[in-house]
Amino acid sequence: MIDTKWIGHRFAPMRWEVEKGRLRFFAKATGETRAEYIDEDAARAAGHPSLLAPPTILFSGPLDHDDVPKLLQLLGISMNNILHGEQGFTYHAPIHAGDVLDFEGEITDITSKKGGALELVTREIRVTNQRGELVATVRNVIAVVNR
Amino acid sequence: MTSENHNSVQIGDVLPELRLPPVDRTMLALFAGASGDHVPLHIDQDFARKAGMPDVFAHGMLGMAWVGRLITNWAPQRALRSFNVRFMAITHLGNAPVLSGKVVDLIDRDGERCAKLEVQMANQYGQIKILGEAIVALA
Repeated sequence: MIDTKWIGHRFAPMRWEVEKGRLRFFAKATGETRAEYIDEDAARAAGHPSLLAPPTILFSGPLDHDDVPKLLQLLGISMNNILHGEQGFTYHAPIHAGDVLDFEGEITDITSKKGGALELVTREIRVTNQRGELVATVRNVIAVVNR
Repeated sequence: MTSENHNSVQIGDVLPELRLPPVDRTMLALFAGASGDHVPLHIDQDFARKAGMPDVFAHGMLGMAWVGRLITNWAPQRALRSFNVRFMAITHLGNAPVLSGKVVDLIDRDGERCAKLEVQMANQYGQIKILGEAIVALA
């Protein structure tokens, strides 16, 4: 059983720069071919300061800081036993290449289901940009399958 | 949807369906690199088998990225206010994603007129892999 004392645990802030090459690679890997995601001139012509960051790439900022292995280590969970349960994003302002984002995460819930066979760990992450604006909040639920 | 006709959005409107090629190992390798999700269950068959899986399987976030394409094909991304999904089942190699969605409600959110969408990813056999909801501003 995961100790519920970790509810409220805050992680060290993670800084992540939104890079053009990364956005193009992400577009290629997800089959995205629209110009505003891969062609900076087209993005500018469409009124964006640079390439548009797609809706789900915010997941990658914390990943680049190994947030999942760190979470598992903190809670004593094996990588073999986890599944991605839920994922959510609430958007407050646009995000583009060149933005420098800070991710501040917290464990907001730990619950047990099916008599402890399944445990759900919820994190919420606030994302702010280089101007201090809240650009998004990210919600992530990892399911731990105890076998 | 364009800015010219968003006033005509109605409950029951269907988003243009997106059908994608079957998931293969190259897609998973590319997505591991591009997303930064290097969990070996998705890219290393030996590891996946030791973990009790028959083979590698797709990252949940690859499916969510595809659902994101479905939504931003219908509405400009700047109109997207929230996007939440539940991962219902594992997406296996050979599964061909079918992305679909519809308008289920018209709501006011922080003074903004918005459409609430139900979105999903299934495979070619109709098995649901991802269920989600998105809020899109109409004004």
